[in-house]
Amino acid sequence: MAATDHHCTIEAVWRIEFARVIASLTRFTRDVGLAEDLAQEAFLAALEQWPQSGVPDNPGAWLTATGKRRAIDLFRHNAVARCKHEELARELDVLEQASPDLDAELDNAISDDLLRLVFIACHPVLPADSRVALTLRLLGGLTTEEVARAFLTPEPTIAQRIVRAKRTLADKRIPFEVPCGPELVIRLSSVLEVIYLIFNEGYSATSGADLMRPSLCEDALRLGRILAELMITESEVHGLVALMEIQASRTRARVTATGEAVLLLEQNRSQWDQLLIRRGLLAIQRAHRINAGRGTYLLQAEIAACHACAHTPADTDWHRIVALYTELAQVHPSPVIELNRAVAVSMADGPEAGLALVDSLTGEPSLARYHLLPSVRADLLCKLGRQSEARVEFERAAAITRNTRERDFFLARAASFEISTASLQER
Amino acid sequence: MRFMIIVKATAESEKKGALPDPQLMADMSKFNEELIKAGVVLAMDGLQPSCNGARVKFSGKSRTVVDGPFTETKELVAGFWIWQLKSIAEAIEWVKRCPNPHHGESEIEIRQVFEMEDFAPLLSEEEIQYKVSRRAELPNQTSNI
Repeated sequence: MAATDHHCTIEAVWRIEFARVIASLTRFTRDVGLAEDLAQEAFLAALEQWPQSGVPDNPGAWLTATGKRRAIDLFRHNAVARCKHEELARELDVLEQASPDLDAELDNAISDDLLRLVFIACHPVLPADSRVALTLRLLGGLTTEEVARAFLTPEPTIAQRIVRAKRTLADKRIPFEVPCGPELVIRLSSVLEVIYLIFNEGYSATSGADLMRPSLCEDALRLGRILAELMITESEVHGLVALMEIQASRTRARVTATGEAVLLLEQNRSQWDQLLIRRGLLAIQRAHRINAGRGTYLLQAEIAACHACAHTPADTDWHRIVALYTELAQVHPSPVIELNRAVAVSMADGPEAGLALVDSLTGEPSLARYHLLPSVRADLLCKLGRQSEARVEFERAAAITRNTRERDFFLARAASFEISTASLQER
Repeated sequence: MRFMIIVKATAESEKKGALPDPQLMADMSKFNEELIKAGVVLAMDGLQPSCNGARVKFSGKSRTVVDGPFTETKELVAGFWIWQLKSIAEAIEWVKRCPNPHHGESEIEIRQVFEMEDFAPLLSEEEIQYKVSRRAELPNQTSNI
């Protein structure tokens, strides 16, 4: 086999194993940064040795053991850490003499470590962008360069962000554990937020020029699917997976070849990926089997599912969507959700009912610069035949939006009323 | 990127009424569990022997139905997965970890699935213009774009 083939194989093994290797090494050293360095060294050792010796039967165990041996060497040379080293050496002995029923046990232990790694990478002590970078690096297996490209950020910035994050975790002595009780709720929501941020970063990238960004959706989905197996009793994890699967099912239909966004009701539904939709619906079912209240991700997933199950826009069950938005607004009160609910109400009960709800939001300070508020209002006014008011609202939306394409669109719609008014006067 | 992982048939798997060996099934389900835990699998299924299948042959406008079984056993499909991975090397690595799906000699084929970006622009300028103009008639969608 040629050297490049070996390199490819070892890299592939690495991609499959790295997260679990880093997780095991973190438990061993209680230091994520050190664990990652050790894992890198183990990878280099594999690159050196495997071309001669062949890939070992259990490459993950080989990489972990190599990393652990390096750790012990390191501690041996570091007097300050001597106590730690002795403790670790003992642990390694115990591990190596572990009961013969170790396959299943070891597997569980690795899963536990992996989950701990997820929670430490997404620890709220870190700023959100650091959590994202660290998660992609440690769990997604992206190189620093790949993370930088995905976020259109210079590589040194990302590298520094990751270094600083690891230092913060060490300085604050963040324990390597899965939180429990009320802390779990807060920490889990941080984990889900990180995964969804990664997904949206990829999803909002409409240009196909750089494939790195859309592939973030795949990274996020994979992380979500892994987490769903690690935390099968958390309904919001399944809710998030469902939401991402269903949103990803529309990838092909939601952007034109020139990068123009296609709104949901205009999308060619035959382009929706039925496999991902089915996966999303199954994830919703898994969430339902858990007896817990519906959280924000599950509710959003169910709204997405309503659209996914409608063969044509006219088949959409808007009453159900209204009910889901109502529940969502209770779980997570937000003017933006209220606005979405108003749109759904207008579809279910007519523009008048929708407009009444939108009007109740116009005084909302957080929506003062939100261009969709006047544009939704304009649409409803237009449907009610109140054209001059609609024109003012479209102009307002155009003045607020930062997106030039959207501005042109709003201005065009505002102008269309002028023409029709003019033609009326001529008659 | 996605891959279809195709498990080829054998004379044994093609036998009428053939069911997979329980031990093979157990090994395979352990492997499947690993794949699922790694977040790799999108879909998977096993196929019944080709004697329960049929083929439709096309020649210009005519259609001829041929009932199974089919003879070229080694080229037939006995089962498949759809995996989502970063590279074909990763797919190969996973397949190497798969237990032998049959007794004796067997083969698994790895094929990459076409993705959207593999195709040239799908919409003409005209279609795009049409969509943009139609947008004006549709209600606003503030979410779920």
